[in-house]
Order: sequence, then C-alpha cells, then structure tokens
Amino acid sequence: MGLADIGIKFVLIVIIFAISLVVAMYSTYAERKIAAFFQDRIGPNRAGPFGILQPLADGAKMFLKEEIIPTNASGFLFIAGPSIAILTACIGSAVIPWGQKLTIGTHVVDLQVTDINVGILYIFGVVSLGVYGVMIGGWASNNKYSLLGAIRAASQNISYEISMGLSIIALLMMTGTLSLREIAEQQHGFWSHGWFTWNVFKQPLGFLIFIVCAFAETNRTPFDLPECETELVGGYHTEYSSMKLGFYLFAEYINMFVSGAVMATLYFGGYNFPFMHHLGLSENWVTILGMLALFAKIFFFIFFFMWVRWTVPRFRYDQLMDLGWKTLIPLAIANIIITGLVITFLNR
Amino acid sequence: MESLSNKRKEVESKPLNFWERIYLPSIFQGLGITMKHFFRKPVTVSFPEERREFSENFRGMHSLKRDEDGRERCTACGLCALSCPAEAITMIAAERQKGEENLYREEKYAAVYEINMLRCIFCGLCEEACPKEAIYLDGDYVPSEFLRKDFIYGKDKLVEAPLNQ
Repeated sequence: MGLADIGIKFVLIVIIFAISLVVAMYSTYAERKIAAFFQDRIGPNRAGPFGILQPLADGAKMFLKEEIIPTNASGFLFIAGPSIAILTACIGSAVIPWGQKLTIGTHVVDLQVTDINVGILYIFGVVSLGVYGVMIGGWASNNKYSLLGAIRAASQNISYEISMGLSIIALLMMTGTLSLREIAEQQHGFWSHGWFTWNVFKQPLGFLIFIVCAFAETNRTPFDLPECETELVGGYHTEYSSMKLGFYLFAEYINMFVSGAVMATLYFGGYNFPFMHHLGLSENWVTILGMLALFAKIFFFIFFFMWVRWTVPRFRYDQLMDLGWKTLIPLAIANIIITGLVITFLNR
Repeated sequence: MESLSNKRKEVESKPLNFWERIYLPSIFQGLGITMKHFFRKPVTVSFPEERREFSENFRGMHSLKRDEDGRERCTACGLCALSCPAEAITMIAAERQKGEENLYREEKYAAVYEINMLRCIFCGLCEEACPKEAIYLDGDYVPSEFLRKDFIYGKDKLVEAPLNQ
C-alpha cells in the first residue's frame, strides 16, 4: 500500500463522513417537510428558498443554547453518553460498499473504506454498541424519566437484535460470506438464471423481519418508546440541552442513513441496478451510476422510515415485547429452517 | 331495555382474527391513506403574504365612527363599557365647550377612550349596546406587538380618519 493509496483512503473517509453528516442534516429538514406534506401543510419555508437553510439555522440554534449539566448528574458519563451515541453512529458506514472500483489514471479506487471479511459482524457490533450511548446518557442524567427511557432502549435493542441476527443468518446461509462487498457482487445486475438476483426476492420474509428490527434499532416510530414524548417527557434525553441533545438527535438520523445503506446492500442489490451492463457505458460511468442507484435506494428507505413514522402510532410496551419475542424470533427461526430445506433439497 | 334515544349500538369486542393480529394489512392501508394526503394540496395560508378572506360579518378591530359632518358620534354614555364581558373598555367623559360643535356631535364626549385589545374577546356586544352607532368592529385583526402596553388602544388608533374636506 503506497502513500498515494493511503491518501486516497483518507480522502474517501473524509468524503463518506461528510456525506453521512450532510445527509443526516438534511434528513431533519426532509422529516419536517415530509411530515408537513403528509398532514396537508407546507412545512418550513422561511430560511432560504423552500427553507433549505433550515438545518443550518437549527444547528446554529443548538450551538447557541445554554449548556446545562444537572447538579446531580454524573459529569463525565453525562458527556460520554451523546459522544458514544454519535461516534457509533458514524463508524457504521466504514464497511458499506458505495460502488464498484473507480479507475482514475493509473489508480484503481475501491469505493469502500475497508472490505473486512466479517463486515456484517462489524455492523452488528457497532449497532449493539450504539445502545450504550443511550443507556449511559439516561443513567447519568439522574432523572427517573431518563432512566425509564434508557431501560426501554436497552431492553428493546437487545430483544430486536436477536431477531435481526436470526433474519440475517438465513441470508448468510444463501450468500456463504459475511463480506458486504461480496454480498453486493452476488446480486449483480437484476435478473439471471430465471430469477431476480436481489436478495429481497429470495428472502422476502427475512427482509420483512430485518426492516421491522431496523425500525426498533433506530428507535423510530412505531418503536420510539425510549423517547416517547407523551409518557416520558423526552425519554433518555430529557435532561440534555444544547449540542449534546443535538448529538442524540443527529445520531438517530445518521443511524437511519446507515441502516438504509445496510438494507440496500444486503437486500436491494447495493450499487447494482437493472441493465447495468447492457447500456454500453464505460466501467467508470457504470460505477458512478451504481453509486447514484445506491443513494436512491438509501433515500427511499429514509423516506419510508419517515412515511411510517407519520402513519403508524406507537406500540404499547408489552405489545413491543410480544412482537419481538413471540412473533419475530419464531418467524426468523422458521425462515432459517425453510431456507435450509430449500438449499438442501433444491440446491439453489 | 329500550334505549331512550334509539341510537344505542351494540359494541362488538371480538378477538382479532389472524390478519388483524399481524398488523401488516392495516399498516399498508394506513400507508396508502397518508400517501394520498402527501399529494393533496396543502391547506396552509402563508399569512403575511397571503390573507384568508374575511366573511362579511367578521368582527375585527374597533373603530369609533364619525357622522356625516365629520363629528365624533360617541357621547361617552358608558354603555359599551358596561356591556363588555371582558371589561376591556374604559373612558373618561368631558363636556363639549363652545366652538367645538364641529368636533363632537353631542354635548358630552369621550376625552379618553381606551380598549385593551388583550382583554377584548371580539364578541361585538359593545357594538350592540351603543345607542349612537358610534362603535363598530369593522376593522382588520389586531396586529402583534412586543409590549403589553402597546395593546391598549387609545382614541388616536380607534377614531375614524376625519372626512376629506
């Protein structure tokens, strides 16, 4: 690995970091706009044309607000909470393959920060670390509502991680690899051997379980019980103000972006799009179009997250646990068995 | 037992069937409904740029009227203040001096006439109580201010502009 390669990697990391932050920033704007459209309103439209400067105004407001650390809060952990939350949100994107290889002059640029062969395990590790940010923050606030929110977040994330993992196992049995790059490569094109190549058409039930769990893992409605304004004031971030609160809210949107990317990569073909090699374009153009296709898929998922948020009411806590333990886990296990039988007997 | 209104309806509480228990059909139905609203025209009126049309009998800001010779009609009888359920109106009466006949129609007039727009509920009872047809709620809505004291409108804001000579 020469110096030039290291330089290219560094630039790539900075670009991906910047993109996830910008996408998260404009997700807040999109959320408000989309919520408005769903409710026959027009949403923020004062800051700049169509209100596109609204996220900047919100950010400036967050920075200028008074920084409050409650007297009885545990000082170090109180600051560590949001830091962990945003850190774990940001590092998840490291193993996502954003596109095929790009050739610039003599250099071949791999559009992925690192292709570790246990990519999915890495994602799962990061996701389960994410709950520590919420837990530590809720615990350190020394507030009963924060603590209740943190307890809910912890038990919800742990319960749904199980069925998420089980739904992935069925997928891994088919792909035979944990590397996200290879999984994306296997879904090349759109149609081959008389069936769709994208995993969602081979694992529809697995995808359904995965997306439900993704909603729970990112604490989005209908599983937003950790925040739950109507019951817990603000949930785990009740005591937070200023940019520390901003970090928590921001982490949620980055998580949405990353989980959209993971879902697109695992189930919707990643950077592959139909007819990608029948258009007569050069490799670089196919790569760039593929990247755009991936982002289109991610944006669709983000839109879907918001669409569901403004449609479905929040689950009750016992319903949430019932759904996780009594419905999704048995379903995921059944999915594994069916997948196993199909692989063994039909050899596909 | 026969119900009094005949509107009684037996409420069913059957256990949910399979499709209702897996939530998904109703969730997709809900997604369809919200998507219909997504493409509907917003009902928002962007206030300072656009204005909602007032109905003909809209009750807005008060105005104290003048008669056909441009004289103030109010005679400071106090019936409006008495009728006001929010106690928003106060006034101080004064006697018309010689030479002021072109200013005030009656022999007594309101030297000070104040309405607290924060108290006013725009019910229109002052308008109904007035025997001299001197007060009408025919104005615009009350604009916003930064200080409470600016909401106490005196005669400078309430009395109609003088007739053009």
